[in-house]
Amino acid sequence: MQHIRAHVLVCNGTGCKAAGAEKLMTSFEKWLKKYNLQDEVAVVPTGCHGFCEHGPLVIVYPEGTFYCRVQEKDVKDIVENHLYKGRIVERLLYHEPLTHEQVPDYSEIGFYKKQERLVLKNCGAINPEEIEEYIAVGGYEALIKAITTMTPDGVIDEVKKSGLRGRGGGGFPTGLKWGFAKQSVSDKKYVICNADEGDPGAFMDRSVLEGDPHRVLEGMAICGYAIGADEGYIYVRAEYPLAIKRLRIAIEQAEAMGLLGDNIFDSGFSFHIHIKEGAGAFVCGEETALMASIEGKRGMPRPRPPFPAVSGLWGKPTNINNVETFANVAQIIVNGADWYCQFGTEKSKGTKVFALTGKINNTGLAEVPMGITMREIIYDIGGGITDGKKFKAVQIGGPSGGCLPESMLDLPVDYDSLIAAGAMMGSGGLVVMDEDTCMVDVAKFFLNFTQSESCGKCTPCREGTKRMLEILNRITEGEGREGDIELLESLAYTIKETALCGLGQTAPNPVLSTLKYFRNEYEAHIKEKRCPAKVCEKMVGFTITDNCRGCGLCAKNCPVQAISGKPREKYVIDQAACIKCGACFSACPFKAIEKG
Amino acid sequence: MSLIDHKCSCCGGDNPEKVKVDAILAKYAGKQGSLIPILQEVQGMYNYLPKDVLEYVAEQTKIPVSEIYGVVTFYSLFHLNPRGRNIIRVCQGTACHVRGGKTILQKIEKELGIKAGETTPDLRFTLETVACIGACGLAPVMQINDDTHGRLTPDKLPAILKRYE
Repeated sequence: MQHIRAHVLVCNGTGCKAAGAEKLMTSFEKWLKKYNLQDEVAVVPTGCHGFCEHGPLVIVYPEGTFYCRVQEKDVKDIVENHLYKGRIVERLLYHEPLTHEQVPDYSEIGFYKKQERLVLKNCGAINPEEIEEYIAVGGYEALIKAITTMTPDGVIDEVKKSGLRGRGGGGFPTGLKWGFAKQSVSDKKYVICNADEGDPGAFMDRSVLEGDPHRVLEGMAICGYAIGADEGYIYVRAEYPLAIKRLRIAIEQAEAMGLLGDNIFDSGFSFHIHIKEGAGAFVCGEETALMASIEGKRGMPRPRPPFPAVSGLWGKPTNINNVETFANVAQIIVNGADWYCQFGTEKSKGTKVFALTGKINNTGLAEVPMGITMREIIYDIGGGITDGKKFKAVQIGGPSGGCLPESMLDLPVDYDSLIAAGAMMGSGGLVVMDEDTCMVDVAKFFLNFTQSESCGKCTPCREGTKRMLEILNRITEGEGREGDIELLESLAYTIKETALCGLGQTAPNPVLSTLKYFRNEYEAHIKEKRCPAKVCEKMVGFTITDNCRGCGLCAKNCPVQAISGKPREKYVIDQAACIKCGACFSACPFKAIEKG
Repeated sequence: MSLIDHKCSCCGGDNPEKVKVDAILAKYAGKQGSLIPILQEVQGMYNYLPKDVLEYVAEQTKIPVSEIYGVVTFYSLFHLNPRGRNIIRVCQGTACHVRGGKTILQKIEKELGIKAGETTPDLRFTLETVACIGACGLAPVMQINDDTHGRLTPDKLPAILKRYE
């Protein structure tokens, strides 16, 4: 057998692929051959490492050297110096944004240091298209353990004891949910994995499906065994082609090995999994709407009860969990509930994966123990705010969540503290906003989203969000009226109490939380016709000051050609043509453009 | 007379399009809840969902055409009009929004002379917006067909668009 002395792991997640990772694979193979190393160095395509900001990422083992933003032209250097001569290529190492220190070792980087990677353990460490690699790190051990040594009730008890709660946003205890589905008597039951990750700014489910698809399949099969179902569906967004491809490969491989399919390990337990592609509707993330969509209908929610555990897909008892929830199951079965309970807080056990985005230095995926503070996530893991700007708010939980101000940064991140603060865990999107963000504009942005995604079935959501959006539009256009804030509040509470499904009931949250913490910004828009962050177009304009050196970058970036001038002379903005987009403002290297 | 009824001009046999649609229908025959996958595959064939083909699907599956129309108009990935050879999806998700996704859309609208949701007259591009493609680490981003382009600035756009014919 040939001896492989080094592994080159190339991230092949969506982020790194967009940054050019595919070319790296062929380039590595080419250069390894040139140095005659192809038999001793293996190149492995992996799932997402989470540090998308610095992609494409390459990690060289056994040292664990972490190279970032690797381009095709850098490959020769890595092969020649690192793999051939044994010298680390320092210029490609990660630099801490605050200390500028070089960090060669993967685990020492600030972004990874405070993380507790349980769900993401294999993401970026194994080739997601090879089932053998998953099995080699302990994969499918939990399924074997469950169906050969445990009773279905034993499995449910273990999950109950672990305190696992639904990671899709609601936070309902998973073991309890499984128990309800188990109690329902029926000749047919279903397991559904909700992979319709529609929250803008959230991509943790996609990364798990792309980087470790077998973990999700294993969790689903264990659930099937526990509740007595022999068929499962994964409902995944069609916008995630790579995740769909890898799931298909994973299902095929697991079936070929007898880990899915009929009579698994001769136990008499059979479990088949199908993939259903979504067709683009945010509301299908709601469980009853999702089931309607699988049935081939318009994806509209229906009132509950009956809950899916009693009457779900095609009227049969059904258990629905989110991707991350299923991804937690196998480790609980293998290591036991007591082991799992060491992570997290009293009421929120385990870890949560967050997608860090917005005005933050280290965008990417971070998995942290529940109960960590928001400050630790944003500053220690996220590396602080970009361009040295001041933190203003963090939006958590997507369109259903809320915006939290600086005073809430030391809040522990768990299900109950977030609800108490007017936000929610949601699926785990964290969008960081700096002083240049207008909170009224943010509220409008989210409401615009929920309003266009409202399915139209119930009046509070269909009409109520529309009226709220109209009010927000007029406030941001400088037409706000006295009494608008009160009207927004009364509409918001009515919608929260009367809408049919989760989408409608949570749609007012972004407005309510910004009203709670940033009321003065609303007042400035309405009373002074002023946007304090200088974002709302109708209330700002741009002018070029004498600092202009005539470099022409502003004119080049202007999408409407409203800026003209001669090189080395002061440029001018044609105010009539200007659409106030701010592209020139961010492009100017000399801070010569003034907003106001 | 609908497209699907035409006989092939060279051999007088069934219209090749009909043969393909029939193959899709046969694949899902008797399976519950197959309407959406059928429509997805038919759209994969035509790039959009022609009216006469929908009527044919309705006839064959015994699903009322009104119900099919309801499903088609509910989901944003179904289209009733012809689409461009290249589909541009500019992300307007939260992360892209706070990092300037709007200026990217405006620049493309200006370059192509069409608004979001429209197709260029030569059918070269269809411009759409999307609420999030999950590549927030690279914001602002857009997708052209299956390629994701990240860390965009308005001045990078003309060169990127040129690559698609």
